[in-house]
Amino acid sequence: MRLEPIANPSALRSIGLPAGALALTVLVASLLALIAGANPFATLGLILKGAAGSKFALLETLNRATPLIFTGLAVAVAFRAKLWNIGAEAQLYAGAIVTVLLGTGALPLPSALLIPGIALAAMLAGALVLLGPVLLKTRLGVDEVVTTLLFNFIMLLFVSWLLEGPMKDPMGMGWPKSPALEKAARLPRIVEGLRLHWGFALATLSALAVWVIQTRTTLGYEIRAVGLNAEAARFAGIPVGRVMVKTALLSGGLAALAGFSEVAGLKGNLTLDLSPGFGYTGIIVAMLALLNPLGVVVSAIFVAGVFVGADSMSRAAGVPTYIADILMATALLTMVLALKLTRLKVRWR
Amino acid sequence: MEILDILLTASFWAAAVRIASPLIFATLGELICERAGVLNLGIEGIMVIGAFAGWMTVYLGGGLWTGVLVAMLAGMLFGLLHATLTVPFGLSQHVVGLGVTLLATVTASFAYRLSLPEVTSPPKIEPFQPFAIPGLSQVPLIGPAFFAQTPLTYLAFALIALVSIVLYRTPLGLALRAAGENPASVEAQGLSVTAIRMGAVIVGSGLMAIGGAFLTMSAFSSFFFEMVNGRGWICIALVVFGAWKPGKAALGALLFAAFDALQVRLQQTPMGAVVPYQVFLMVPYILSILALVLMSRRAEVPAALMIPFNKGER
Repeated sequence: MRLEPIANPSALRSIGLPAGALALTVLVASLLALIAGANPFATLGLILKGAAGSKFALLETLNRATPLIFTGLAVAVAFRAKLWNIGAEAQLYAGAIVTVLLGTGALPLPSALLIPGIALAAMLAGALVLLGPVLLKTRLGVDEVVTTLLFNFIMLLFVSWLLEGPMKDPMGMGWPKSPALEKAARLPRIVEGLRLHWGFALATLSALAVWVIQTRTTLGYEIRAVGLNAEAARFAGIPVGRVMVKTALLSGGLAALAGFSEVAGLKGNLTLDLSPGFGYTGIIVAMLALLNPLGVVVSAIFVAGVFVGADSMSRAAGVPTYIADILMATALLTMVLALKLTRLKVRWR
Repeated sequence: MEILDILLTASFWAAAVRIASPLIFATLGELICERAGVLNLGIEGIMVIGAFAGWMTVYLGGGLWTGVLVAMLAGMLFGLLHATLTVPFGLSQHVVGLGVTLLATVTASFAYRLSLPEVTSPPKIEPFQPFAIPGLSQVPLIGPAFFAQTPLTYLAFALIALVSIVLYRTPLGLALRAAGENPASVEAQGLSVTAIRMGAVIVGSGLMAIGGAFLTMSAFSSFFFEMVNGRGWICIALVVFGAWKPGKAALGALLFAAFDALQVRLQQTPMGAVVPYQVFLMVPYILSILALVLMSRRAEVPAALMIPFNKGER
């Protein structure tokens, strides 16, 4: 077989193929439900109901989407420059550590100054965590995929040490957790009485900001040029290394905001299970959004909905909640294939 | 001083060889893929599915070698998925690899929960037992280290030789290396780059899965969700460290395993009482990064690594 480029893909192709990918994903989910001895329609219905069936469910989905928007943006920004940041998990924890460090009474400031200050410091920490692997890449040519992945493991061990040592909550009954944030450092809820916090608004604004950077600034143009063809970009006079570093600072900072908003908005303290793989799920979020920052918000809500829905479905129907993870991995693979095929024709010979 | 004492015990070297064994399988598997021009980031998840499939087979009453076979087939299945998407369709090897890792990992989690819905701690199986080779196992230090291991370890070492011979002494190996260096030359010979690369990814993935199965069937006797714990990523670093050569990569795995065995033992010494245990556990990951940095300037990367090949295109 051979692949030939299509100059102008038809509307049928560019909508039909991604839709087909989603249909295939739903088919896989139905099969898994059957294997688990449940009715596929009932299972899918329960997932939908658990994700968006009530005001509570919907807010839970938006809460779960918040860190995913941040990590999704982090990945989208980096992948656009072909900078393979698989270390959003580590950068998330860096942001969370700084949030606890500054939010437990170290800074005697009012909320209006304290919260933005912590957010900026968290971003800086996340940016620095990614800076190491990126400098290794631009200076020494060390592949950043493996180094950022390995940093995730190092960071989790570091957090584990912090929580058992210097950052351990003295009132924690021996559990490895940090002390709780002071009230002034907590992100308030958007509407009093509802569980949704300002982290979600910050995430949406960040998406907008990233979109502006990507489409309306020189940096955005340079990032795209480097991603499309680094050699050509270098030839055109774009400082590829410096663009990579700027991209990394932005990407790491965004991922760190996920940690900041989870600690300051939702959990109130740092534990080792703060992130159930938000950094990795961010890759799926970004790819489903075609690396478009505004699309990231939509796809994060979709992905979060599937996870929240699967949790409540699992309690009711007994299908393991991991069905959500399988769905997401399947969606990722089928979607990248569908997108490739909208631009290429398969010719069998 | 403590370090010297540790280095002179036979149990240390035996542990190093044991720790190296799964890494050797998976590193050789990754090396085969990369030599043919395909970066396989599915490695971490394929090791997980191998660990699960082998263990589950034995738990359900299958023999140990049946378990190894099932693990290998499960790995090859995910390898087929990876190969189909990256080779003929030419999708991003980074994205597909991570996708395969996610899919394989959660498939194992799903199947585990489905088959054992109630258990809190995973059941144990009767794993491979050490088999002392008469005579050789009596040699001081080297004997217990290399000749009193489980059959899978012997298989790992036999594979180093086999992979070297196939890669460097057979037409198949020549074609495979050419597919990773200059795919157009392979087509000029009338061979199919697509077939060679797909075959390499499938076989390589089978080896990765055996590496995973070693964990549940030879090193431990149960399956835990987090048990692969980055070993796949470490193997990718080992391939680079070994400059894409099977012997060197395996030597790297041994060296790496020796450090790993050493850090476990240092935790028991007075030094371990002062330094937090997390620092010791970081050692493998830090070493892997160091290995990448050290080799970054010298490594000879296969020229066509990560470059999709489309027939008729230049």
